[in-house]
Amino acid sequence: MRARWAWTLTVIILVGILFSYTQDELRTTSVLSFSLRVAIPLIIAAMVGLVCERSGVINIGIEGQLLMSAFAGFFGAALTGSLILGTLFGIGTGLIMGAVFATGAVAWKMDQIISGTIINIIATGLTSFFYAQGKTLPASTPVVAIPYLKDLPLVGPVLFNNGLFTYAAIIIVIFLQIMLFLTIWGMRTRAVGENPSSADTSGINVQRTRFINVTLAGGLAGVAGAYLSIEAAGTFERGFTAGRGFTALAIMIFGAWNPVGAFAAALFFGLTQGVASQLQADEVIDIPPQFINMLPFVLTIVLLAVVAGRVRPPAAVGKPYEKD
Amino acid sequence: MEDELVLEVAGLTKRFPGVVANEDVSLRVHKGEIVALLGENGAGKSTLVKMIYGLYRPDEGEIKIKGETVRLSGPREAIRRGVGMVHQHFQLVPVFTVAENVILGDEPRRLSFIEKRKAIKKVTALAEKHGMAVDPKALVRDLPVGAQQRVEILKALYRRADILIMDEPTAVLTPQETDELLNTMKGFAANGVAVIFITHKLREVLAIADKIEVLRSGKVVGTTTPAEADQAKLAQMMVGRSVLLSVEKSASSPKEIVLDVVGFSSDSDIGLPAIRNVDLTVRSGEIVGIAGVEGNGQRELVEALTGIRKSTATKFTINDENAIGAGPHEIHGMHVGHVPEDREKDGLVAQYSIANNMVLNRFDEPEFSRRGIRNMDAVNSQATKLVKDFDVRTPSIKTPANSLSGGNKQKVVIARELSANPSLLIASQPTRGVDVGSIEFIHSQIISARDKGAAVLLVSAELDEVLGLSDRILVMYDGQIVAELEGASADRAEIGRLMAGGHSEMAEESSHG
Amino acid sequence: MSSDGPAQTDLGFTDPNPTLGPKYGRVKGVAIPIVSVFLAFAVGGILIYFQGVNPLTAYRVLFESALGDSDGYLRVMQKSTPLIFTGLAVVVGLRVGLFNIGAQGQLTVAAIGAAWAGYNFDLPAIIHLPFALGFGMLCGAAWASIAGVLRAYRNVSEVITTIMLNSIAIALVDYLASRPFKEPDQPLSRTPLVSDSAVFATFGSIPSGFVIALIVSLFFGWFLIRTTEGFRFNTVGLNPNAARYAGISVKRTVVLAMAVSGALAGMGGAVETMGVVGRFEPGFNAGLGFDGITIALLARANPIATIPAAILVGILRTGANSLQFETGIEPEVVDVILALTLLFVAAPIVSRYIFRINAKRKSKSGAKS
Repeated sequence: MRARWAWTLTVIILVGILFSYTQDELRTTSVLSFSLRVAIPLIIAAMVGLVCERSGVINIGIEGQLLMSAFAGFFGAALTGSLILGTLFGIGTGLIMGAVFATGAVAWKMDQIISGTIINIIATGLTSFFYAQGKTLPASTPVVAIPYLKDLPLVGPVLFNNGLFTYAAIIIVIFLQIMLFLTIWGMRTRAVGENPSSADTSGINVQRTRFINVTLAGGLAGVAGAYLSIEAAGTFERGFTAGRGFTALAIMIFGAWNPVGAFAAALFFGLTQGVASQLQADEVIDIPPQFINMLPFVLTIVLLAVVAGRVRPPAAVGKPYEKD
Repeated sequence: MEDELVLEVAGLTKRFPGVVANEDVSLRVHKGEIVALLGENGAGKSTLVKMIYGLYRPDEGEIKIKGETVRLSGPREAIRRGVGMVHQHFQLVPVFTVAENVILGDEPRRLSFIEKRKAIKKVTALAEKHGMAVDPKALVRDLPVGAQQRVEILKALYRRADILIMDEPTAVLTPQETDELLNTMKGFAANGVAVIFITHKLREVLAIADKIEVLRSGKVVGTTTPAEADQAKLAQMMVGRSVLLSVEKSASSPKEIVLDVVGFSSDSDIGLPAIRNVDLTVRSGEIVGIAGVEGNGQRELVEALTGIRKSTATKFTINDENAIGAGPHEIHGMHVGHVPEDREKDGLVAQYSIANNMVLNRFDEPEFSRRGIRNMDAVNSQATKLVKDFDVRTPSIKTPANSLSGGNKQKVVIARELSANPSLLIASQPTRGVDVGSIEFIHSQIISARDKGAAVLLVSAELDEVLGLSDRILVMYDGQIVAELEGASADRAEIGRLMAGGHSEMAEESSHG
Repeated sequence: MSSDGPAQTDLGFTDPNPTLGPKYGRVKGVAIPIVSVFLAFAVGGILIYFQGVNPLTAYRVLFESALGDSDGYLRVMQKSTPLIFTGLAVVVGLRVGLFNIGAQGQLTVAAIGAAWAGYNFDLPAIIHLPFALGFGMLCGAAWASIAGVLRAYRNVSEVITTIMLNSIAIALVDYLASRPFKEPDQPLSRTPLVSDSAVFATFGSIPSGFVIALIVSLFFGWFLIRTTEGFRFNTVGLNPNAARYAGISVKRTVVLAMAVSGALAGMGGAVETMGVVGRFEPGFNAGLGFDGITIALLARANPIATIPAAILVGILRTGANSLQFETGIEPEVVDVILALTLLFVAAPIVSRYIFRINAKRKSKSGAKS
């Protein structure tokens, strides 16, 4: 069911990477590593959106969830002195935000876009207000190098020499792909997102399924947020999620609401940013830095326009379920 | 038919805000019995079976399944106890396969994983057992309507239903498919499955029911059998008064051609041809009815004629004015009125007042606006007049349209379209979901429009309506007009054959009147 | 996120015609935001208390600095002006069923456009003012139209595109203000001052920009109810299928509405640049776009109600600086109070939603081929 253009694009990119590797090993690896680091939070955030939308709920509050979780993760770790506790704070905050959003959008059947916006505004308000300067992490995230695999050419240093969050992200993607298409939970979730009245008459509790899925997706947002402040940046600034929550939605769409597809889309996205950064650093192209900064956003819009007619969201997404 | 009671319902009452949907209903169903629930729209048939299926909880009364009093917590429990439901509007997931749809909610499993192969085997076996042909791996959205219904039925049978509820099962079938289904139902009954089927079609009831329960206004007004009742008696029980089963109209005297279409073609939403090379004319002062099972291109034809859907044609004129490529606004400007098939979706804005809905497609006409500014006085007086002339039951013209009943909503749509004195009226399923009293009224309005000189194109899935109103009948099948007949001499069986794609036994006339 | 029409963001308002609806319903409609504001202040007060400050003192400081003297009134009006505009921008979008969260980007682009039109020319004021203002509006409209066209013709969610456009706008104007439009002989990234003929003067202590905002707001209140184009906007927002049937071009209406929305946000940016700041400098407008969303939701998509909502936010923002200065409470407490207000406003929408009978969009699925 994969579109031919996607496969062609993938092949072209892989060939390009291999070619570049033969030319300049060091640069290629560094660009790829950078790309992966950019992609990881987007992947996890895209999973959040995906789980929600597959269940039929539009979640534009991912940005707010990321922000709150990043905040909780960072300050949790800084105040308790433990990265693990910080991460747990982050995940816990994500779950709570998920539950709040689920209460509004699912239980109370509020307009989902407005509910998501409220989450964003609350998150911005609370994190700005409670922000305290000068805190630091107790330690940096341990980098785990997988023996043997890390010595593979090209793939080794890029994939197998990373922080724990990175591995977790990849596992999450595989896990969700299996769950969504091979398990009962997955089929019922998809039914709820495609035709909730059908699911209802088959005996599935639509509201409960949606509520639980949205809440748990919030936990995933917690992982992504914690990653951002603990592993990626090692700090927290006001508003530093910088629109990733929305980019993640675009990535979910490019990936056709498919975990593996979204993973590929996020990698592609990260790659364009990596390449652009490298080109600018090498001063190969003389473009003002602002245009480099613009690139990911312009790219997102262009890709969305291109992909628009070709991908299909879950049929019942965005509509609260009312029994007749 | 054995005497064992599989379902017994006593004193069942269900209230919704503002209406009592069922009051003190009692019903007894035996093993292998076919019980017909007859009644017009809003009589309470759907509500009753939804309570038996656990979708609604009764406010009063008792349900006994196989001798055991139950308080159903939901469909899951009803299914567990052997109640199955085949819905009127199919509850299928279009992007899932047949097998996936059948097993949804009761999946064969190993730990948390679905055993796909087992599912396919089970579904195939079940279909064979009941003599229904299905491809378990096909995607439901690719299936024709009759096949989709088979999937719905399989869903219920898969859960070992002893009591099968069928809600208006023949609404979307050709007469031949209907006969097939009625036979299949007799087969279920012979296998010991009790069938409760909801319908408003008197012929079917008399054809296969063992027992007929007539509901009106939420109550059971009579229990009878085919031996004791005929169509007229049943209709009277349904409505409570003598009902005009046929429409009274004078002969038509058609004049000049209003709508002239040659080689008309249009595509469906997914890009396949929906109508192919259709020729048709409608003259002033005549009603042309298009008979056909839903899904043969009628909707696309109407959308193309009203400018909502793109089309190509060798010729497409309205009152001799070229309409090729015209959009809805232009077509409306050519004095075309359109009563859409789905009034909630297309014909009304639920949140708007009746007043605004009365001018929904006329708001920018000189009568109701000047240089971009609306003339609300004119709008309100128009609405007041129309509400009175068309007997729309509403407290005021300011009430939002969504508080009206189905029949009154349709009256608003019809009032609006007729108020513009169209020279061409296209009416699509004009009495769907409308109570019998309003149906009579709407039919008389359509005929009166014809008598005043309008050309009327009627599209309806209700063959009786087409037969009753039309001066000329066109039969549509698979996107083409396959036959044209005179209304007075049309033969029901013949039309039924044509609707299903069979060939006309009468000489085929050209479709250019 | 795609559908066969605008996303139908729903606020719980029913008939746009204000002469309809029971009186009780209208009073109730006003009570909810007012009660929500009080509740939010109460909860905010708790937060303040835990920071070691008496909430009543804090609020007194806040309101006094904003409303205590004519200087405060002036500042409040100045602060509220762009807020009314961004609020209106979001409101117009909502009425057509679109969620324009790109007001920030639109007003930024408009601001630098207006600044350029302001400093680059020297025309008599009577021409220069409308020209610069109009140019700014045009920039805002054009920026928003990108999202509008994508939504209308490719069904791409405007939620995502407008957010992306915000970020692009920030980068773009940053470049413009630091290179081609930069004020020479000084290090900061900003444009030169606009000519005197392009300044919106303050009359007494009433900024002319504020008056313009009031007039525009009243205009749109009238426009949405009394004009045929306004009827088109509302119809498309409530039921795009019925709109199509009624002969309204949904695509054209969507693009037009987004352009108007962008023009309104642009007006806010232009008026701020020409009336308050005097030039374009980055950072002058942080948060205006998002406040616009809050205001539009508080106003329940009623254009005239954006005036009190914007003034409330304006008061809070004006007073917040004094608050920090005198009590040490972070100005971000205002963000929290606003967020809470929004939360409390939104929650009652729920009950309205549940009892409202939604226009059922599910088609009779079994019968279609």
